[in-house]
Amino acid sequence: MQDVLKIGEHTFSSRLFVGTGKYKDLAETRAALDASGAQVVTVAVRRVDLSQPQDQSLFEYLHAKKFTLLPNTAGCYTADDAVRTCRLAREAGMSSFVKLEVLGDPKTLFPDVEQTLVAARILVKEGFTVLPYTNDDPITCRKLEDLGCAAVMPLAAPIGSGLGIRNPYNIEIILKQAKVPVIVDAGVGTASDAAIAMELGCHGVLMNTAIAGAKDPVNMALAMKLAVEAGRLAFLSGRIPKKLYATASSPLEGVIGSERS
Amino acid sequence: MRVEINGEARELAPGSTVAALLASLGLEGRPVAVEHNAAIVPRAHHATTTIAEGDKLEVVQFVGGG
Repeated sequence: MQDVLKIGEHTFSSRLFVGTGKYKDLAETRAALDASGAQVVTVAVRRVDLSQPQDQSLFEYLHAKKFTLLPNTAGCYTADDAVRTCRLAREAGMSSFVKLEVLGDPKTLFPDVEQTLVAARILVKEGFTVLPYTNDDPITCRKLEDLGCAAVMPLAAPIGSGLGIRNPYNIEIILKQAKVPVIVDAGVGTASDAAIAMELGCHGVLMNTAIAGAKDPVNMALAMKLAVEAGRLAFLSGRIPKKLYATASSPLEGVIGSERS
Repeated sequence: MRVEINGEARELAPGSTVAALLASLGLEGRPVAVEHNAAIVPRAHHATTTIAEGDKLEVVQFVGGG
């Protein structure tokens, strides 16, 4: 049986979700997304520029390659704006799959937890499949799950900070109590960060800057693909316990020159 | 007639429909969403929703983002 990720009505074989922002150009975006093996990509919802013809090549590529779009509510600081954005996203994309993001502060881009909960309640009631970006607080994650969110997405560290998982203990607690998938979203810096998330037992990892901001985004995308797969396989394989003292790996008997007492 | 689209004042022919507006912007068939006076216009109604003087519209699309 294949190890797949089920979220709402969707089933995915790749546990790496990737953002489509901050790449140098379309060619780089396409190459990186291809290398990542991702099936789910996030997009933002923004006003059309009335003065310019619209370049649709990114969306033609996403559509041709059958990516599942996960529109986000990036830039929203209130529940009202986030709900409005999700409704527009559903109309534009003809899908109820959304990443809820309500920010509390432009410097840290930490979520406004209170407004996120308000928005989540409304969106779930309106039939959206809600994946909320949240902080690494187990209580908040439990509340979001109780409201009916299809997953919870605790941050590893601030968006774009590259710090990796700052509080693995909280992520572990979130994992122990959650009955929905837990996807680490934000703050991943390099491959080991993604592997650590998966080794803890997370169901997926979402990242954008870690790939787009790397010196070689295409190879970093491949590194992340491998890291998520390696971390997941390690998790499923049941690691050895951590011990204070050594346990030899080679037999103790038959060592050359040893004295029998 | 004068309307506001995405925060900008614009002139449109009287009786313009949402569908006609999207066509004039080169957006027909694209994944976009339209708000007309703060209410989303479902795509099935684009051709039958008429824009009036002073109306406010928002036309949004998907762009790259994290």
